[in-house]
Amino acid sequence: MCLAIPAKVLSIEGYQAEAEIAGVTRQISLRLTPEVKVGDWVLLHTGYAINVIDEDAAKETLKLLEEMCEVY
Amino acid sequence: MKFIDEYCNVELSQRLVERIRHKSAREVRLMEFCGGHTHAILRYGIRQLLPPTVEMLSGPGCPVCVTANADLDKAIALSGLPGVILASFGDMLRIPGSYSSLQKAKAEGADIRIVYSAMDALRLARENPHRSIIFLGIGFEATAPTIAASILEAEGERIDNYYVFSIHKLCPPVIRALLQSGEVKLDGIVCPGHVSAIIGSQPYEFIAKEYGIACAVAGFEPLDILLSIDMLLAQIESGKPEVEIAYRRGVRPEGNLRAQEIMGQVFETCPATWRGIGEVPQSGLRLRQEYQRFDTEKAFYVDPGPPREARGCLCGDILRGVKWPSDCRLFGQVCTPEHPVGPCMVSSEGSCAAYYQYQSHEAALSK
Repeated sequence: MCLAIPAKVLSIEGYQAEAEIAGVTRQISLRLTPEVKVGDWVLLHTGYAINVIDEDAAKETLKLLEEMCEVY
Repeated sequence: MKFIDEYCNVELSQRLVERIRHKSAREVRLMEFCGGHTHAILRYGIRQLLPPTVEMLSGPGCPVCVTANADLDKAIALSGLPGVILASFGDMLRIPGSYSSLQKAKAEGADIRIVYSAMDALRLARENPHRSIIFLGIGFEATAPTIAASILEAEGERIDNYYVFSIHKLCPPVIRALLQSGEVKLDGIVCPGHVSAIIGSQPYEFIAKEYGIACAVAGFEPLDILLSIDMLLAQIESGKPEVEIAYRRGVRPEGNLRAQEIMGQVFETCPATWRGIGEVPQSGLRLRQEYQRFDTEKAFYVDPGPPREARGCLCGDILRGVKWPSDCRLFGQVCTPEHPVGPCMVSSEGSCAAYYQYQSHEAALSK
């Protein structure tokens, strides 16, 4: 139910956008994330982008994980 | 897939497990609130990888499972009204109500359509102007804003045959209810990821401040979950509970303000009845006065009769974290995914479905 998957926004027209999800292209709604730009990654839940994925935070988390695990 | 594969890295996961084993000094009991987390924890064998000192309990974070029979019965009755098309997310169809299920009602002739999105339900309304489209509005804070957005869209397009039966539920109030009951003693909570993408991490602050329980918001890949457990153990060890985010790529502390605004514009909080938990104040969402023309409760009347619970079913206790699926005498015997007695065996986020699906996996890993 609360599943969401990463989708890459390919084009935008008003609140509608085309996005790629694991190789499949589909229409999504940007009503909840009007700030989205073409090329952004979003979390897609039941056809709606519920948040923009923060790419910097994603990299920082991976770096943190690597640092945490260095001594183990 | 980007943002998923990196967080499934086996070597890093193994090292993180080592770190957690090394760090875990005393017995702790953690609850993963969200059914999506329960499935991921079992699927990746995380329970077996954790040291015996760390116990993981499943929480009530499955919107389908916590839907009260009275509400489900009402949805089934609504689907039988003349001129109605009932649109629902697929998860709801096989859930047994007191007397029937949506799937049975469909087989008996009710016009029930499975939709992937509120947008699809709205499309049904556009394409069928002479029918009444009732959308079964189910889900937590991750889903409610999408349904609110569909109502605003219907309003903008002056669609007058679209209705929502709102049985949405909110997570922080039910966490408070669980903690207040004192039935389950917890040291930490793995907070839901996609609910938090909308509401942020701030609404969980009371858990740390008032109840002294550690909190970490987690994503759904193995590294996300392990990182949240590592955070919880560190908080417990230091005696300084707080709310951390282990899923920063998807969750900001303040959440998605636009989505919160849309949700607040259309819905207001109300008491809601949760299966196994009962009525929880301020834990439901109903349509505000201004949007009542979209409200099923105002436009249709049905009386499905008094709700009944299936005998012997422990879903309610399992949802509160006081019983395990294996404690239920029906589990895997009378109640299976093919012939479910209770909702936790049906839903893709239900604890019983997860334990049933991965039990052989679990047994193999524990040998």
